[in-house]
Amino acid sequence: PALGLFLFTIARDPLRIIILIAGAFFWLVSLLLSSLIWFIAVKASDPRDEPLQKGLLIFGVMFSVLLQEAFRFLYYKLLRKAIEGLVALSEDGCSPISIQQMAYVAGVGFGLMSGAFSMINLLADALGPGAVGIHGDSQLYFLTSAFMTMVLIFLHTFWGILFFHGCEHRRWWEITAVVVMHLAVSGSTFCNPLYVGSLVPSYLLMAAAAAWAYLLSGGSAQNLRRFLLCK
Amino acid sequence: MITFMNNSDSEEEPCNERTSLMSAESPPVPSYQDGLQASEAGEAQAHRKRRTGSSRSPNNVADGDMSDSGVPVRESTSENEEEELTLKYGAKHVIMLFVPVTLCMIVVVATIKSVRFYTEKNGQLIYTPFTEDTPSVGQRLLNSVLNTIIMISVIVVMTVFLVLLYKYRCYKFIHGWLILSSLMLLFLFTYIYLGEVLKTYNVAMDYPTLFLVIWNFGAVGMICIHWKGPLQLQQAYLIMISALMALVFIKYLPEWSAWVILGAISIYDLMAVLCPKGPLRMLVETAQERNEPIFPALIYSSAMMWTVGMAKPDTAARGPSQQTWDAAEDGRENHRSPSHADSQMSETRSPVPTRPITSFEELEEEERGVKLGLGDFIFYSVLVGKAAATASGDWNTTLACFVAILIGLCLTLLLLAVFKKALPALPISITFGLIFYFSTDNLVRPFMDTLAFHQLYI
Repeated sequence: PALGLFLFTIARDPLRIIILIAGAFFWLVSLLLSSLIWFIAVKASDPRDEPLQKGLLIFGVMFSVLLQEAFRFLYYKLLRKAIEGLVALSEDGCSPISIQQMAYVAGVGFGLMSGAFSMINLLADALGPGAVGIHGDSQLYFLTSAFMTMVLIFLHTFWGILFFHGCEHRRWWEITAVVVMHLAVSGSTFCNPLYVGSLVPSYLLMAAAAAWAYLLSGGSAQNLRRFLLCK
Repeated sequence: MITFMNNSDSEEEPCNERTSLMSAESPPVPSYQDGLQASEAGEAQAHRKRRTGSSRSPNNVADGDMSDSGVPVRESTSENEEEELTLKYGAKHVIMLFVPVTLCMIVVVATIKSVRFYTEKNGQLIYTPFTEDTPSVGQRLLNSVLNTIIMISVIVVMTVFLVLLYKYRCYKFIHGWLILSSLMLLFLFTYIYLGEVLKTYNVAMDYPTLFLVIWNFGAVGMICIHWKGPLQLQQAYLIMISALMALVFIKYLPEWSAWVILGAISIYDLMAVLCPKGPLRMLVETAQERNEPIFPALIYSSAMMWTVGMAKPDTAARGPSQQTWDAAEDGRENHRSPSHADSQMSETRSPVPTRPITSFEELEEEERGVKLGLGDFIFYSVLVGKAAATASGDWNTTLACFVAILIGLCLTLLLLAVFKKALPALPISITFGLIFYFSTDNLVRPFMDTLAFHQLYI
């Protein structure tokens, strides 16, 4: 689905593609920094201590989430500057791309990159022979991974919109809500392999974020009804 | 290198510092061949032409952020407006370069992942004589540095040789050299490649069919690259030969040497393009002074002149001018006063009589484009291919390098728009790529592996 989003909405406009790739780049840098921190922490600690390792991992995850959001903020700042530049360049004084579109594209960029990093090795391994969950792990590993990745990509997209909107209108509570949601989703994955604990809340959160973003982007119940009934 | 060419009338001044066409040398061919792609690999030239004259031409770039069809770009356009125009074309040009670079990388990565031949070590080039199978780390490092020095010096010698030839107008020699090297690429490497691919997929093919296929492929390729041909076909061929060359490099360069070479060649590119005495810069300036196009086999151009199919007798006089440079030259000439145009003839340009304005627009529709040297393609693909081949984190590393290179390309094009002169395309992208490769391989991979193992998501 994310790929479909990409093809239909982004691939037409070159500016959006650039913003997408830049968004992916920012996510990548945030991942790099967070894994650097985790790596240092792991090397500095005792590798045999299991609970400590797990704790470190959790710490790494949380830290990474915070870093991702920080980088989203940085990216927002960069895009603001870029919009001013574009406005100055265009003749009729209005930017060729609005901040909401940018928010959407940035969110997709983040999401695609995070999804790609989560899934791609899995997919490569899935092509090979083997049985899933042979060592007593869950048999639904691939399936749940796929769903989780998809929900995460969508969530990143919606968070992008919400985050940028919050930054635009200086509503700090929106920004903190996004951060809290992200932490919550990542935290819920700690319940894995008890999948009901992670997938269900994630999907609920995604639905909430979707509705919120939709409302923020100017949609309303009437629009939706009209769209669905093809008026 | 990326070069950027402005065709404004401020260019009439003798100092062409804003326009330079750079061609970097490409590393020579493997040991069993002394044909050369010397000119092919290292060159990076990106040309950017502004339609300073084609104010009324329909904007064939129909995308939202380049709505300058209403902007009358006159010869007397101020500096500011010119800059704005070039920046506006930015996004479209960037995409026009993203696509071929991406395609090239995809081809290389796909081949590396599937065909085992290119990851086996079957010897080395004579240009990298020191082996890396040494017991100690220090020895290995030393060997790779020595390999790099040899390789870079070979490249430098080739570049200087090419520049000298160009300066002393030994065009036939250069053309023959280029033709020989592209011949070898198209036939020999394709044969090897095809053979390996067929071996991997266990498909049998008899020799006559093989001969027919390769002959056709090679012949059409030669025509497309060195003469006229549909733009997309030419682009496709250039992408393919870049990919083939990159595959050869990936196979025949030992590991550490490859990374050191990548780093060294980006430094070399930086120096050769930006230093006043750099060979590439001299090449570009010489080409500028003589108002001639750089050889078509060296650069990838994203747009071209409609030389075929235009019922204009004077355009037929053009040589292999699939370069927007030529078109822009003509366009520029056309839009100046005809007398001035007549006075500025060079041997490769067709005479420009006074023509109705509308015909210029057709001439210049495809004119804007950015040019990137083939060497850049090759080295980007080498980086990504090596990442795919040797990284144990597999796809994550490859993906990270890919994004890094694209962002580097973006930044380079941005700088191009700001500085408006020939720029090396290698340094920024390769630096990003190397940083991301090493950091992803060593830092991110354990992190992601552990996360995936516990099925945590960040």
